[in-house]
Amino acid sequence: MDTTQEGPPVPTLTVNGAAHPLVDGASLLDLVAATIDRPLTADGTPEDGGRLGVAVALDSAVVPRSRWQDTRLAEGQTVEIITAMQGG
Amino acid sequence: MTTTTTATNNTATAVAQAPAASADPLVIDGVELTSRLITGTGGITSLSVLEEALLASGTELTTVAMRRYSKQAGDSLFRLLERNGIRILPNTAGCYTARDALLTAELGREALQTNWVKLEVIADEDTLLPDAVELIDATERLVDQGFSVFAYTTDDPVVAARLEDAGAAAVMPLGAPIGTGLGILNPHNIELICARAQVPIILDAGIGTASDAAIAMELGCDAVLLASAVTRAQDPVTMARAMRAAVQAGRLAAQAGRIPARRHALASSPTAGLIDPVDGGDIPRGDWPQAGQQ
Repeated sequence: MDTTQEGPPVPTLTVNGAAHPLVDGASLLDLVAATIDRPLTADGTPEDGGRLGVAVALDSAVVPRSRWQDTRLAEGQTVEIITAMQGG
Repeated sequence: MTTTTTATNNTATAVAQAPAASADPLVIDGVELTSRLITGTGGITSLSVLEEALLASGTELTTVAMRRYSKQAGDSLFRLLERNGIRILPNTAGCYTARDALLTAELGREALQTNWVKLEVIADEDTLLPDAVELIDATERLVDQGFSVFAYTTDDPVVAARLEDAGAAAVMPLGAPIGTGLGILNPHNIELICARAQVPIILDAGIGTASDAAIAMELGCDAVLLASAVTRAQDPVTMARAMRAAVQAGRLAAQAGRIPARRHALASSPTAGLIDPVDGGDIPRGDWPQAGQQ
């Protein structure tokens, strides 16, 4: 997103703490697949058949991967896309 | 030839019992783990060294933090653990309230498809000590939601009992604050916790070197969880091997039943049949005070 351009404000989400342009009609599934750069099936599992070590919270509530496709994104929402990292 | 026969029999018995001795699984929430060493993943920069260390440790269960997905790291840690068949224990590291811990636990369950969670609710950044009140609250709520809670707690036996009553699948008292490597500051409390518990007790945090891990097992702990002691060691892979051996040694020693500690020496050789002193006279006796005398 280029916020320096003139014109109507682009609707945005906050994804992992950063502003992110909202594509009209985008689902949570689209956003996750784009973020992790891995095609996903409608039930939220990877098309490559592997396991997916990722979870999503939308406005501080966990959305199960089976519901990602049916979850439409709206302006101003906060999305956290989480995975396993070193620690603890 | 009697001694020879006995020795042979002992050897035969030892060989026959060898498989049984290794079949000493740690059972948590109905799952059998052969290794009693549970590892953390923090404190190491190289994933390949981490992988080598985890394999050297023989661990079957490893804890991970839940953090924002980044393009650089991707899901490399998840894949590393998956390809090595290591069960993943998501944790709530970095949570200061029961509410934050609940959301993080739910994310861990969804991301890693496991009901197991290492519950950390920390009071403050400087001590990283568990907040007992928030911890018990979070344990109750997570158990209600079907989680198997591994509760990271202080070495307070009363809090440990409360966590067990709240339904924790395992209770994990600290030996010393996270990352200090100070060992087990209150072995008496750890022993008390182990003696009373009906769920597995896992010594978590404070381990500095192999002898600390062995002592934890000798005190009656069912397993040891450590991260920094391996990941921040000068040679993580060799330290991982040391920890593996130490946990096994400590477990065996705990099962074997140690000798009671004594105030004075006790000769292991028989006194009967001893030749007379060449210069005559009696066996010298020291003038040391007996127990209770000073």
